Amino acid sequence: MPTDVSAHPSAAPADLFGLAAEFASPEALLAAARRVRAAGYTRAEAYSPFPIEGLSHALGFARSRVAMIVLFGAFIGAVGAFGMQWYANVLSYTWDIGGKPPNSWPAFIPITFELAVLGAAVAAVLGMLALNGLPEPYHPMFNLPQFGLASRDRFFLCVEASDPKFDLAEARQLLQDLAPVSVGEVLK
Amino acid sequence: MPETVGVHIPPVMESGHTYASVTDHIDGIVLRRRWTWVWLAAFGFTFALVMLLTTAIGWLIVRGIGVWGVDIPVAWGFAIINFVWWIGIGHAGTFISAMLLLMRQDWRTSINRFAEAMTLFAVACAGLFPLLHLGRIKFFYWLVPYPNTMWLWPQFRSALVWDVFAVSTYGLVSLIFWYVGLIPDLATLRDRATGRRRRVIYGILAMGWRGASRHWTRYQTAYLLLAGLAAPLVISVHSIVGMDFASAQLPGWHTTIFPPYFVAGAIFSGFAMVLSLAIPMRAAFGLQGFITIRHLDNCAKLMLVNGLIVAYGYLAEAYMGWYSGNAYESYVNLNRMHGPYAPAYWVMMTCNVLVPQLLWFKWVRRNVPTLFLLAFLVNVGMWTERYVIIITSLHRDFLPSSWGMYYPTFWDLATLVGTIGLFLCFFLLFCRFLPVISIFEMRELVHSTAGGTRPPPTMEPKHAH
Repeated sequence: MPTDVSAHPSAAPADLFGLAAEFASPEALLAAARRVRAAGYTRAEAYSPFPIEGLSHALGFARSRVAMIVLFGAFIGAVGAFGMQWYANVLSYTWDIGGKPPNSWPAFIPITFELAVLGAAVAAVLGMLALNGLPEPYHPMFNLPQFGLASRDRFFLCVEASDPKFDLAEARQLLQDLAPVSVGEVLK
Repeated sequence: MPETVGVHIPPVMESGHTYASVTDHIDGIVLRRRWTWVWLAAFGFTFALVMLLTTAIGWLIVRGIGVWGVDIPVAWGFAIINFVWWIGIGHAGTFISAMLLLMRQDWRTSINRFAEAMTLFAVACAGLFPLLHLGRIKFFYWLVPYPNTMWLWPQFRSALVWDVFAVSTYGLVSLIFWYVGLIPDLATLRDRATGRRRRVIYGILAMGWRGASRHWTRYQTAYLLLAGLAAPLVISVHSIVGMDFASAQLPGWHTTIFPPYFVAGAIFSGFAMVLSLAIPMRAAFGLQGFITIRHLDNCAKLMLVNGLIVAYGYLAEAYMGWYSGNAYESYVNLNRMHGPYAPAYWVMMTCNVLVPQLLWFKWVRRNVPTLFLLAFLVNVGMWTERYVIIITSLHRDFLPSSWGMYYPTFWDLATLVGTIGLFLCFFLLFCRFLPVISIFEMRELVHSTAGGTRPPPTMEPKHAH
């Protein structure tokens, strides 16, 4: 894992995942993300110890689909719960409780509400994890020795080698100009 | 925002903290703190109480429900009192983590994690009781709707069946919410742990979290939506618990004020438990810089507000007993004040109405030992409240010929004390193995309160302008 910033290899090694720059503040990372995006890179990702407003959008992330998944989960929960109670009391086993009609829907609302919340909550978590591709046992970023600090007080920006515009020397120059703490190659 | 002249508001976090210092301080409690005798002694004691609980449950299963003091007419005894008490305690955790998040109260950041853990453990204790109370525990699954050879379904028009769904939803959502909040912190522990075993365990739990910007965006959406979903649970779960009582015909139970008054009582007792846990915890782990007087003060104020709503509930009950002109309703009130269980009623009034009035004074809210004592009294008072509601209503209802008395047995007490032990045992383990304060949210707080690191010498590239 060479982190020697003075080297200038012309061709990227085959097992290169990307080139990562390390920053000391969220402001520097955000500015760097904007610059990299403005330079035309589409496959770059920023890593930070806490969420930074506007960072993912600066890197070209349009919108998260989590909210739609949650709505869908709530819908499944609500329809399932009401359907279950309706089926049980109207079709499967009609049971006269206090002279109420079989489909006494107001009494079915509490369970419908609770299961709508449950469906939505489960959908929120599973949807978020699935869209994020988690759990993910292996990721190349962890090969960068200083990456452990990404969960403490350092901020990383990685320009990935799979980017159509990627050229190692050019990317290195771009990242160096952003005054990072360090620049390192990330191997697969 | 300029501070009002002459009013000193303590900060939500002591000054001078950086991203690194908050991280190191909080993960150090888990990763670098030695085992202390105090912790081991406390764990040993609470674990002995857990053993008492398992013995009490074992004896209940072997001998049957007769080992408890419940009988006709008082068929709901300690089990239901403890259930309502524990589930109520949980509500403050959800209130702090969900409602205060939605209302952008930044002081919630350093107390939400352990308050959520408190919720989870309280719900775990609460969930035991309805099952034990069934008498025939092996048939607990009859509560669940499933296709069966008897062609029967649960009675969906009953508040007791609503409760099954409300409490299990509440337990599951609390668990999910807590775990999602933990993921970035588990990644911090994985990255900072030195031993291989810890790295592997925290690594598996962190699921490969690496703080990517796109991940954070989805994470924040999901977390905010979870908060929005958990917030109505605070209201709905305890309202349904209130309806368990209100839908009965019994004098003292059959009243429309129960759902809102139960919710206020739940949050009241929950904040008392938050304070009972926070005060020793901040002292034991040196967290006074993160859980400041401001937090204690705010919790005390919320306790006061909810205590006043509870006091209004007592007043409304007494008023309706008189105004209804119903002989049974007015008798329940008189019986509570002057009957055989009058001491419980006056303990309740003292602890829940009289004592919390001290919280109007700032020096009481900011005096830590006094606040701890006061929170303890509120916990006692709220348990007594459920005792008064359940026992005094049941023991003398309509026909004097069917009146009777209720006396708890040793096994009733053992089960109550055992669940307190279980709760504290879980909490001690939580303090030792997971971060008690949300680390990533503290870093965010450092950022938003303009601390963090000094800006590096060149923030923008030289030719940016």
